[in-house]
Amino acid sequence: MARRYQKAESKEEKRMRRAEWMAHWGKTMKFGFYCLTHPLDGFWKLTHEHRGSYAAANTILILAIFTRIIKLKYTSFLFLNVYWEDVNVFLYIASIIFPLSLWVIGNWALTTLFDGKGRLGDVYMGTCYGMLPYPVIQLPLMIVSNFVTIEEGQFYSVLSVLSLVWCLILIICGMGQIHAYSAAKTLFFTIASIAAVLVMIFLLMIFFSMVTQGVSYFISIGRELMFRM
Amino acid sequence: MKNKIVRIVTTLTVMLGVALSSFATAKAGEDNYTYTYDYWGDVQESPDAYTVAQVFDFGALGLDKNLKAAESLFVKDNHVFLCDTGNNRIIEFERTGADAFTVVREITKIKGADPETLASPADISVDEDGDLFIADRDNARVIRCDKDLNFKMQFTRPSDQAIDAEMGFRPDKIVADTAGRIYCEAAGINKGLLKFEADGTFSGFVGATRVSYNFMDYLWKRFASQEQRAQMVSFVPTEYDNIYIDKEGFIYAVAGGLDEQDLKDETVDAVRKLNMMGSDILVRNGEYPVYGDLYMGGAGGITGPSYFKDVTVLDNDIYICLDQNRGRLFGYDDQGRMVYAFGGNGNQAGYFRKAVSIEHMDNDLLVLDQLDGTITLFIPTHYGQLIYDAMAHFDVGEYDESQACWEEVKMLNGNYELAYIGIGRNLLSKKQYKESMEYFEVKYDDENYSRAFAQYRKQWIREHIITILVLIVILAAVPMAIGKVFSLKEEIDNADIFKLRR
Repeated sequence: MARRYQKAESKEEKRMRRAEWMAHWGKTMKFGFYCLTHPLDGFWKLTHEHRGSYAAANTILILAIFTRIIKLKYTSFLFLNVYWEDVNVFLYIASIIFPLSLWVIGNWALTTLFDGKGRLGDVYMGTCYGMLPYPVIQLPLMIVSNFVTIEEGQFYSVLSVLSLVWCLILIICGMGQIHAYSAAKTLFFTIASIAAVLVMIFLLMIFFSMVTQGVSYFISIGRELMFRM
Repeated sequence: MKNKIVRIVTTLTVMLGVALSSFATAKAGEDNYTYTYDYWGDVQESPDAYTVAQVFDFGALGLDKNLKAAESLFVKDNHVFLCDTGNNRIIEFERTGADAFTVVREITKIKGADPETLASPADISVDEDGDLFIADRDNARVIRCDKDLNFKMQFTRPSDQAIDAEMGFRPDKIVADTAGRIYCEAAGINKGLLKFEADGTFSGFVGATRVSYNFMDYLWKRFASQEQRAQMVSFVPTEYDNIYIDKEGFIYAVAGGLDEQDLKDETVDAVRKLNMMGSDILVRNGEYPVYGDLYMGGAGGITGPSYFKDVTVLDNDIYICLDQNRGRLFGYDDQGRMVYAFGGNGNQAGYFRKAVSIEHMDNDLLVLDQLDGTITLFIPTHYGQLIYDAMAHFDVGEYDESQACWEEVKMLNGNYELAYIGIGRNLLSKKQYKESMEYFEVKYDDENYSRAFAQYRKQWIREHIITILVLIVILAAVPMAIGKVFSLKEEIDNADIFKLRR
């Protein structure tokens, strides 16, 4: 009897917790749209007043990746032609995840040395929130592209570029706000972070080519041995 | 644990290496005789549009000795004129059967000319009345004579300031228009075609090719001193290789030996269509520029872009360019889209060693091979004829017939872009917009698709205008009504009468 009572209570608790989580997620997602139009104020509150959540950040990231892939298929061929033989979905996923992680790590590694207020997670959250214009513009654009002719299609490229520029502005603004930097310092650390990203790419390439050569060295030794035996 | 990580990293790296190396493996060359390019520029094998009827050497042509450095062919009705340049003669043949030519006469002398004999006749053109125009190269003149070879007049080196004083006059290629004017391509002159009026006076250059230079060279030149600049290669236009005048009087001019990068950047043109003013009016609506092969790799030891040596224009405005580099023929339609490409270098029938001239007799093609001293006669296959029929039917507005032809072409070659677009255009002309859109979409023809879609959208809106209006009304009215209900409710709740009672 007692058991059943306990069980019922935990179920209720679970439901409550889930509802609470959902409400929090909804609120933080909604805050993303506030950030769209209020980049300075929004990104300050995002981390310093805990108005954002990782759940929402992950959602935006997944949404962006989803948009990037789905638009290959459902954009009108007038604007986007896909050579399906060469499409690799994982490359498209990596094309967002890889620069994102390099940027987040590079930016955090630099700013943490120069009294940036943001933690690694804050930088991640801010960058993900900054990517929101991409799905917000690209998804409707994708649908509308199917109802226009090529002469009317000038707006497509304009809006396409706009979505990226908006993302860029948001990410840079967000970065400055998260670390509580001045405008000049923000710009400087944006450039420095990009340099850091390039250094990391360089190191990764060296690492991979070294490992490849190392492995092929042992393979050739093994081959040589097999020929001799 | 550490070992495991190392192992995983190593495995991943090796896999990455393998994946990367597989990208590097070259695409295998296609061995098919006839091909086209699809939207992506991939080679698509195609049924043969032309087949070799016969290869004529001097024996089969009924000549006494082998052709020597023959340079040009000219076709007038069913007569073929062959410039046997090295033997200083022009031979006229008559086509007496499907694949039979008989010699009509050998032209070596022009009565009344000075000198009478021809020296390296490089090209010939025949006008409507049968007057012959002969580019008598080593005699530095272009002769006009009547059909019985009586000298009428000659065009000689213009005494124009624009021509280098020490340069001779070596007319290589000529065409004559219906008014008796001639256009001449002469060796060493790169200012365009020399235009002579019917009375023999030189009236100027027409259609100089575009000058191409790359930006770095230009920059170097800006900063170079006078002496350095003198040593550099100057930016000069290239000479045309050949010219052809179509039935409407437009001159098709081809230039070979162009730079690969310039062609890809479209800063130079391998083919131009010149109007009377000498400006280029060639339509280039194809996915790729008109320069023959898209891939210029070193297969078989042949590198570089296609070298267009000659061009001929069929009566349906398809023009066929002859590539000397790879011995291929490239057919383009009036929109600049490739219709077919075929041929190759080799010794078999249908392959060439040094193709120099192409002419057409109706839809049959004649190709002169200089090294072999042969003329190859190509006749269209059923497939090739269907393409021509489809285009001909479309041009006169017989859309059902044209569509039927294209459907059959599509059955024979499912990879053929023009078949789908052709069907689509016929459907569009028959106002079947929805169906035509499907055909255009398959082959990424955005312009035709947009045309069809604009009509389809108009039609759709016209048909559904009531639904749309109703929807708009509902969308506007329902929230308004709901708002009204709420405000009414609020008003009632807050009405003074009820408040008083309370």
